[in-house]
Amino acid sequence: MKGQNIIIAGVGGQGIIFTGNILGLAAMKQGFDIKKTDTFGMAQRGGSVVSHLRYDEKVFSPSIKKGDADIIIAFEKLEAIRWIEYLKTNGIVFINDITIPPHSVHLGTGIYPSDYEITTITSQRTDNIHILDAGASIEKSIDPRLVNTILLGFVLPYLFIEKVFLEEAIIESLPQKVAELNIEALGKGLKLAHH
Amino acid sequence: MGNEAIALGAYHSGVMVAAAYPGTPSTEILNYITRFKGIYTEWSTNEQVAMEVATGASYAGVRALAVMKHVGLNVASDAFMAASITGIKGGLVVVSADDPGCHSSQNEQDNRHFAEFAKVPLLEPSDSQEAYNLMIEAFEISERFDTPVLLRSTTRISHSRTIVKTRDRIKLGRSASFNYDAAKYIMLPSLARGRRPLVEVRINKLAEYANSFPFNHVEKGTNDLGIVTSGIAYQYAKEVFPGASFLKLGLSYPIPKRTIRDFASSVERLLVIEELDPFLENQIKQLGIEVSGKKYFPIIGELDIDCVEAGIEKAGITTGRNKPTVAWTAKNLLKRPPLLCAGCPHSGFFFTLSTLAYRSRLPGKPVKTPKLVITGDIGCYTLAAYPPLSAMDTCGCMGASIGQAVGMEKAGIKENIVAVIGDSTFMHAGISGLIDAMYNQSKITVVILDNQTTAMTGHQGHPGTGISPSGEQLTCVEIELLVRGIGVEDVKTVDAFDLSSIRKKLRESIDSGKISVIIVRGECPKLVKKSDKPLDINNNLCDDCGLCLLIGCPAIQKNNSRLLIESTVCIGNSCSICKQLCPRKAIR
Repeated sequence: MKGQNIIIAGVGGQGIIFTGNILGLAAMKQGFDIKKTDTFGMAQRGGSVVSHLRYDEKVFSPSIKKGDADIIIAFEKLEAIRWIEYLKTNGIVFINDITIPPHSVHLGTGIYPSDYEITTITSQRTDNIHILDAGASIEKSIDPRLVNTILLGFVLPYLFIEKVFLEEAIIESLPQKVAELNIEALGKGLKLAHH
Repeated sequence: MGNEAIALGAYHSGVMVAAAYPGTPSTEILNYITRFKGIYTEWSTNEQVAMEVATGASYAGVRALAVMKHVGLNVASDAFMAASITGIKGGLVVVSADDPGCHSSQNEQDNRHFAEFAKVPLLEPSDSQEAYNLMIEAFEISERFDTPVLLRSTTRISHSRTIVKTRDRIKLGRSASFNYDAAKYIMLPSLARGRRPLVEVRINKLAEYANSFPFNHVEKGTNDLGIVTSGIAYQYAKEVFPGASFLKLGLSYPIPKRTIRDFASSVERLLVIEELDPFLENQIKQLGIEVSGKKYFPIIGELDIDCVEAGIEKAGITTGRNKPTVAWTAKNLLKRPPLLCAGCPHSGFFFTLSTLAYRSRLPGKPVKTPKLVITGDIGCYTLAAYPPLSAMDTCGCMGASIGQAVGMEKAGIKENIVAVIGDSTFMHAGISGLIDAMYNQSKITVVILDNQTTAMTGHQGHPGTGISPSGEQLTCVEIELLVRGIGVEDVKTVDAFDLSSIRKKLRESIDSGKISVIIVRGECPKLVKKSDKPLDINNNLCDDCGLCLLIGCPAIQKNNSRLLIESTVCIGNSCSICKQLCPRKAIR
């Protein structure tokens, strides 16, 4: 069984760690050895958060070597490029099309990179860039965290993890009602990927 | 998670008492243990107390655990050293979770030295499975050798998830009882001298045992290179050298001398790959064995695969692995530091202090010479050191704010001094500082920021809240009574969301010329969820002065040069700091 190295990045409070845990659990169910590590010093307080997930027949280091990630899943645009040096040449980047400016931008002491800068930087590593407005396909009133699962559904065809194991992991990790909504969101994301 | 495995290992070893003070990356361990029924768990006032509680339980014959982050062991070291000389009755394990790279700590220190210092055995897991297994071994070693055992984790072990196979909980069937034994438990000088040689006998026995310890094992590979390693460094080294010979140490103090000698003589070149200090390297060098380590690998920060690869390149070793060229690095990328949350009870206070101390200023306004010296402490509120608040001048260790303030005053600085400390930190190590200030007739202002929880580490209880690890209401130690009991006469309590009152009382205290304590009280919005209607900025009234941005509230943002309040995070009138502040009354 061939495995993958995945980086999931975003801003504290976006559900990065939980999404990574679901993915890790699914990989374990499929029979992979997995290691996952999070950097979340002050995650609830809006700082950068990143999870490294590795699954393969045997995994030693929980963290990924620079230039060795197959996929980066970014829940926010700036966070996508923060970890770009970890991506393999011609690896795949999935970016949720939202902007969460750091406070320095509001204070006028920092400048948020433009979309052009973001794609220019990313394209130094790869041309495999998928930008998706995952939030556009759900109503505002539903739990915003479903956006993560839609993005996950969108990424699924590129992972070596089968849908059935991901669904099992979701059912195991969430209360029944919420799990059902998430499985529905997963399907939505998958449909977007096939478009 | 590694911390989950440590907790499960302790539970399956039949632990009966577990005490901890929260601190990243160790906190989850006690949280997980609390889920199991029939174990007494407590958030102790500080790590020394946690160590004493665990030691007491051990003396009473049951298996006990004390858990802390690396700097916690500094606080607990007196009790730790004491437990070393008396030895134990029920198995006694101390978990120290170190933080190489300072992900969430004020310093970096290698707590393996504490094992050598206290002459107790040291176990270092390299993944969750080993964290689980070594926890079980730790209790066995503790009882077999009459010693406390130090199990040292690191952030990368504690906060990584790897697959763990578990066994059943052992049934010890012990009930607590104390065997009166003055020569063992009363460390009067005359009796302590009697115990002292036993410590040496013990460590020599342990050194012999280390040679046969199953988690000190050789993985035979090629003969040209032998790597001695422990903890997470093992994983990085295996990744880089899958074919080399390895001596992997799970019990890394005292080192297994015979095993190391045999291993060294079986390979052409010996390297030590370890995180932080040359702990193993120096011990191996003392054996007269030629070895190198820190000559090639960094002594500072976390290791990773890249670090190990860079090190071996320095050492002139080739692995044949492909090294992808990194086209671009994130050097100048916009940073995203954490902020105090929207609705944080610290924001209004620090905004006020920041303006009184001439720290924050509107864009384009001149920089003024700062006033006041603000000694700070450890907690969420340390984030007030960042712009725009910039309202903290020192941060060293738990409880330091008050003692440092006394020292500055006694040294004779001209500025008035404000010591700022959180409720949990005050209980942990601030009380003795305040007693010192009172006793020595200090004139400082002490501000206790009471958000009624230990917020930074994920909302643990402390004596001021009276909440147990399982959420039960126990006895609440009231901060006001405590402070008055010390003898402080000027004690004021102020609502954390009442700006004018904060300003008035802070001014009064600073100008009073005598010791004064202000308790700024307001609940952490992440613990007690508030769902008031979010506030809104009327852009017809707003003249874009930017004053509200100086609160550092993440809800207040600027989009296309218009100020706005992000409705999903604002907690509305439960906070209203920005509304009270706005000179144009544009916020409603």
